Amino acid sequence: MNLFILSSLIEPAVGLIFWTTITFILLLVLLGKFAWKPILNAIKTREKSIEDALASAESALRDMRELRTNNEKILAEARNERDAIIKEAREAKDAIVNEAKSKAQKESDRIISSAREQIVNEKNAAITELKNQVAILSLEIAEKILRSELSSNDKQKALVNDLMKDVKLN
Amino acid sequence: MISKTNSYLKILNVSFIIFAIFILTSLKINASSQELHSVSDSLNLSNEAAIQGHHGQPSNDGPIDITKIAFEHILDSHSWHLWGEGHDAVSLPLPVILKGKTGIIFFMSSEFHHDTHGKVVVEKNGERFINFEEKIYYAEAIPNENGQFIAITKNNAEISVNNNAPLDFSITKNITQMFLSVILLVMLFTSIAKAYKTTGVSSAPKGKQSFFEPLIIFVRDDIAKGNIGHGSDKFVPYLLTVFFMILVNNVFGLIPIGANLTGNIAFTLVLSVATLIITNINGNKNYWSHIFLPHAPKAIWPILIPIEIVGILTKPFALMIRLFANITAGHIIVISLVGLIFVFKTIYIAPVSVAFALFIDVLECLVAFLQAYIFTMLTALFIGSAVAGHSEESGHVENEKISAKH
Repeated sequence: MNLFILSSLIEPAVGLIFWTTITFILLLVLLGKFAWKPILNAIKTREKSIEDALASAESALRDMRELRTNNEKILAEARNERDAIIKEAREAKDAIVNEAKSKAQKESDRIISSAREQIVNEKNAAITELKNQVAILSLEIAEKILRSELSSNDKQKALVNDLMKDVKLN
Repeated sequence: MISKTNSYLKILNVSFIIFAIFILTSLKINASSQELHSVSDSLNLSNEAAIQGHHGQPSNDGPIDITKIAFEHILDSHSWHLWGEGHDAVSLPLPVILKGKTGIIFFMSSEFHHDTHGKVVVEKNGERFINFEEKIYYAEAIPNENGQFIAITKNNAEISVNNNAPLDFSITKNITQMFLSVILLVMLFTSIAKAYKTTGVSSAPKGKQSFFEPLIIFVRDDIAKGNIGHGSDKFVPYLLTVFFMILVNNVFGLIPIGANLTGNIAFTLVLSVATLIITNINGNKNYWSHIFLPHAPKAIWPILIPIEIVGILTKPFALMIRLFANITAGHIIVISLVGLIFVFKTIYIAPVSVAFALFIDVLECLVAFLQAYIFTMLTALFIGSAVAGHSEESGHVENEKISAKH
């Protein structure tokens, strides 16, 4: 193998250097202006939009989570309030029932006592009436007896004596 | 992880080169054992070519110099050879542009009639030119005994040409391919840029976009941001251009009729000089103070400072050699493997050759990507070390990283 060919392998040719330099600079400028700039910008914009979308999704998630905790809080509050209301109502009911019960008790007591009083009164009245009747009857009987007994003087005298002996005033 | 890949790569490089040298030497022994005392292969071959030219049909006898064929494939040429040999060759004529004594001279390479032995003289503007081994020289007044218009001095196996040469700005095969790749890259990436404009940034990438976007993002995030860090955006367009330029031409080089542009030292030289310039233009106070005011006892400064200054050049020099040697070695191996069939002149070696060549070709596909990546990554690393933060620690870390990569 001759060194002549070998030397051309490792000897950079002037023409190739010249054209490569020009072409490479041209390529750098052309691609830099018309390809890399728009492509890199587009990629950056897309990455940014993806990042933004992710961030907004994250924040939406956070908002939702917040909303849910809020809802739960509200729900718990409502439940507590309901319980309180129910408890209150139950207490009120109990109070009312108790009051009604005591009132009824009182009323019945009063009615019973008044009835009892009335009964006593009626009884007294009846007794009085009976007494009166007995007195009237007694007078009538006495009158009749007196009439029969007092048809003769003797008899009148004997009867009075007898009566006076038996009858006693109560 | 990168340093691991790099060590694999080193092994790959070394084994490539050793393998290539081994094959070349063995072929050489085989091919030229009969003509050990001949003056030179080139001259011998020209004799044969002359004889063949007279007889019309190329003879199938005689040794084949695979080395020469391999180098014809690897080296640049003034016409784009497609197929055929000698006068039957079919090739695309390319423009020859010379800066001669009388000014710029322009003609098509077809005027040499496929001659690369200095036998055909093209006369323009009163200046006479010959093509000798794909280099343009001024022709001698009279031809030598082989009909070549060239003056050669032989010193053992070494040949030196005494003719003067004009400055050659020809649009050679490599340059043509470079133009094609530039057109391809510009068309491809402007159409991708347009796709972003039309489909908007909110929709997912489609077609070409979806193939190249991961690569672009890889260069931007892993190569640029990973090695340069803060302020890497400024360098991304350069890194992307270098990456895709090398990648496309590596792939073109793998196509059998393609030119070996990335395996040409002039091309890698320009790219590494670009890296050298960008690195040093952007070098900050920290970078320069590291070179001229190293953190070491003043007594060893006279040793250290020259080393650091040489270090500025060795980094891009390594870039240049790495890409050139890797791509060239791969091509030599493939051609040599295929050449085995013709050296042994038997069909039975073909399965072995084809199997190995296929294996190397597949490997070369990987290397095409790998070398584009390595070149871009190291460029980013050098830029990163030049623009590294002012803290003492980071500077050292960067330097360690660089030495680890080497």
